[in-house]
Amino acid sequence: MSEHPDMLLSVKDLSKHFPITTGLLKRQVGAVKAVDGVSFDVVKGETLGVVGESGCGKTTTGRLITRLIEPTAGKVVFEGEDITHMSQSRLRPLRRDMQMIFQDPYSSLNPRHTVGTIVGAPFRIQGIKTEHGIKRAVQDILSLVGLNPEHYNRYPHEFSGGQRQRIGIARTLALKPKLIIADEPVSALDVSIQAQVVNLLEDLQNELGLTYVVIAHDLSVVRHISDRVAVMYLGKVVEIGGRKSLYSSPLHPYTNALLSAVPIPDPANRTGRERIRLQGDVPSPLNPPPACRFHTRCWKAQEVCKTVEPVLTELASGHQVACHFPENMPVLETTAPAENTTA
Amino acid sequence: MVTYIIRRLIAAILMLLIVSMVTFAIFFLVPRLAGATPEGMASRYVGRTASEETAKLAAERLGFNDPVIVQYGNYVKGIVFGAEYDYGPGVETCPAPCLGYSFITRQPVWPDLLDRMPVTFSLAVGAAVIWVLVGVGIGVVSALKRGSLFDRAAMTVALAGVSLPIFFTGLISLVALSYGNPFSIFAQGGHYTPITENPIMWAYNLILPWVTLAFLFAAGYARLTRAGMLDTMNEDYIRTARAKGLAERVVVTKHGLRGALTPIITIFGLDFGLLIGGAVLTESTYSLQGLGKYAVDAITNNDLPKVMGVTLLTAVFVIVANLIVDLLYAVVDPRVRLS
Amino acid sequence: MTVSPATDAFLELRDLRIHFPTDDGLVKSVDGLSYRLDRGKTLGIVGESGSGKSVTSLGVLGLHNRRNAQVSGEIWLDGLELVSAPEDVVRGLRGKKMAMIFQDPLSAMHPYYTIGNQIIEAYRIHNKVSKSVARKHAIDMLGRVGIPQPDRRVDDYPHEFSGGMRQRAMIAMALSCDPELLIADEPTTALDVTVQAQILDLMRDLQREFDSALIIITHDLGVVAELSDDILVMYGGKCIEYGSTDDIFYNPEHPYTWGLLGSMPRLDREPTDRLQPIKGTPPSLINVPPGCAFSPRCPYGSRTGGLSTGEVPELTESRGGHKVRCHMPPAERRSIWESDVKPMLETT
Repeated sequence: MSEHPDMLLSVKDLSKHFPITTGLLKRQVGAVKAVDGVSFDVVKGETLGVVGESGCGKTTTGRLITRLIEPTAGKVVFEGEDITHMSQSRLRPLRRDMQMIFQDPYSSLNPRHTVGTIVGAPFRIQGIKTEHGIKRAVQDILSLVGLNPEHYNRYPHEFSGGQRQRIGIARTLALKPKLIIADEPVSALDVSIQAQVVNLLEDLQNELGLTYVVIAHDLSVVRHISDRVAVMYLGKVVEIGGRKSLYSSPLHPYTNALLSAVPIPDPANRTGRERIRLQGDVPSPLNPPPACRFHTRCWKAQEVCKTVEPVLTELASGHQVACHFPENMPVLETTAPAENTTA
Repeated sequence: MVTYIIRRLIAAILMLLIVSMVTFAIFFLVPRLAGATPEGMASRYVGRTASEETAKLAAERLGFNDPVIVQYGNYVKGIVFGAEYDYGPGVETCPAPCLGYSFITRQPVWPDLLDRMPVTFSLAVGAAVIWVLVGVGIGVVSALKRGSLFDRAAMTVALAGVSLPIFFTGLISLVALSYGNPFSIFAQGGHYTPITENPIMWAYNLILPWVTLAFLFAAGYARLTRAGMLDTMNEDYIRTARAKGLAERVVVTKHGLRGALTPIITIFGLDFGLLIGGAVLTESTYSLQGLGKYAVDAITNNDLPKVMGVTLLTAVFVIVANLIVDLLYAVVDPRVRLS
Repeated sequence: MTVSPATDAFLELRDLRIHFPTDDGLVKSVDGLSYRLDRGKTLGIVGESGSGKSVTSLGVLGLHNRRNAQVSGEIWLDGLELVSAPEDVVRGLRGKKMAMIFQDPLSAMHPYYTIGNQIIEAYRIHNKVSKSVARKHAIDMLGRVGIPQPDRRVDDYPHEFSGGMRQRAMIAMALSCDPELLIADEPTTALDVTVQAQILDLMRDLQREFDSALIIITHDLGVVAELSDDILVMYGGKCIEYGSTDDIFYNPEHPYTWGLLGSMPRLDREPTDRLQPIKGTPPSLINVPPGCAFSPRCPYGSRTGGLSTGEVPELTESRGGHKVRCHMPPAERRSIWESDVKPMLETT
């Protein structure tokens, strides 16, 4: 998958280590490896979903891409340009093309500003001239995201959670970005509202040709919205692949366990379904297990998993996994290092 | 936990050093920068009428001509080991901790401070006991009966308490309850009996200043406690405590109050530290010969070493009180011990 | 108001109303709720934020804000009526006969006391035993909910536990006095997926072991599908549909339930291009729409000839214990489900 002609974003070996200090002199004794050598590409017009449990580094990854925090190592290439070490002033015009949607529609909107001010702010900050004035442009965006343009002068508290998330989306759309990083865009919303916002995101993608990186913990939402999915565990991507292939035949035991853990809204599944139950919680990223980080909870773990770190390998077309003993091995291809041991 | 304590201790010591530098700068450096000559400063020690010659000599002997660093060094050395003052006519020994000599009385400052400390200390401790009990008590009841008549009345009085200055409430109390009118049930100002001599007279003489001082603080503490309790009683863990079937009284005291008290401990450390450095207004109002009154008199007489001594001592009290608060915090909140 | 219990149910609510007067108006958090639950059975209460599902369960335990609540109706627990019972009696039952598990175990446990102390406290309220006996019991309970090395972890503080372990400890605390009714309010919402699965398994096993009645309150239809025998769907402070789990998932009759099912992306179905959201937003409990609370969002409201906005529909039995609050006649609802909704959900 090297140098796709329509490549929009490319992340290579991205790492973020937060130092841990101790003692009187604040000596550094270690690091929380929040993100540890993450690589993936995003092609124009597609949606990459990033899933994982708490502490897997998915949110940090999103912030690294948008340079909200500085990476420890690795690089972020956006539209062919390495933005990893770009100065803030050179970055500013690029920020128009790369926007972020946040989880909490309550705290991410300034309560003292009207909707018009919030959605119009990007125009003012970036100094963009609009054809019919900023107000008109803002109202166009408001109707685009399904809000009443007459709500221009209202304040965030007058809106429900779903409407606030629409305001948040309207704000990111103001400058016609190319890439939107959405960090848990629907997890704070009610079920019936979630679906509205998911549909809105899809419609906007079709209309405006947007590219998304959607970060979420909800596997169902991610499957619904994504073209490709990356599964993260303790700062690493353990599996990445096309939506269909990843959900129907997950290669990594962790992905398999994750999918098996999602409660299915069908009572028939109570008995018929094969369940994989992982032991314990996700280990702390402060002191992650060596080699394969999943080996402490993995039912297939062997000695090699504790000593040799598995690398991301392409086992099926466009479907990579970092595991010594992958599940659901494609029958035709036998390039894998391990035997097929489907549970 | 041990690193936590050591880190706090080191911070406290550093703080003390900085405070000593700042006081030194204010009292020795600033006058020089403002144009005072070494002779001018030395002349204070030998009297205004002394000849220029004597002043010059005194300045030399007292070290006013030395570089600033050396002067500061001598000053700290005096505090730690004691010093000898050679200002011409004779040599005075000033044992450690030497906070200098009074211009006026020619007495070392430290023994003076030692004399005054019990008065201020008695005043501060007594008032603190009253204001913590009353303030926290009223705050808790107000929070639990939010919106009730008691709550509104208490908060109105508290607002008055925070707004009225000591010299007002103090004088009113004196006029109303002392000074030989029909209600003169309390002692007039200016009396102090050491607790070791007669504990009853000690308390009797101090009761008015205690109440006056406590009124001011209790008001603030009541408001603070009320706010803290209202927050805490809305916490999820209070609901959990009730779900267990705990009696409401236990829910309030064991689960609610413990959470609400943490910010109060912080404020209390600061307030109490400051207060034992001298309750200036209260002591002046009731003519109590404590540290605050001492400082006021020293300022009036332009007696710099005395002022400096009180300042430094107050700083020490505040820093030590803060240190205790920090340690208490770790005892109260187990989460502090980790970080 | 003396109504004979005349019920063999372990828990029965009759026309429970919990209203809160506020400056903005009367908040009707629970507005005429009735249901029954037997020992050993699990009831799932499903609803979105502001549906009144949490207040209902707090009301059963008497944990709602008592200062300004107006409560009417009856709550029968094992032959005892709780709404009219003195506060002391209800308090004596809390923790012993009925216990609760809360959503976020980090904020639901006191940060200043050890896990052990909090369990010991819960146990000693209702059992006159020494501290050391209670401590043994606490360690035993922690072991039973799957906490490794319980004799060491018993002295840890909540912040020293991981999220899943905290929820296990919370469950241990709730079960410490062997309650006959256990109410779990969004017990897994704050947890990771793999941990959620563990906790749901644990709750299922423990319920079997203790033979208690379990109420599980959640917004997640997947969770109730896994655990519940019966499901109650709440909307605007009222029950709008009640039935067996099979009824609700295979033959739902209320348009809101259809909407919920259509809103969820599901792992067990092929993903299509679009979800079928419910339009609009859930009502505020101060301004519940007139008539059927769901009418402004209902795609079928026009079929009732104006009834939907004019009159509050009754909760009526459709068949075999399946109750629905809808103006449309049962036959019409069933035919819409079979011809319109079900095919749409199945292609999804």
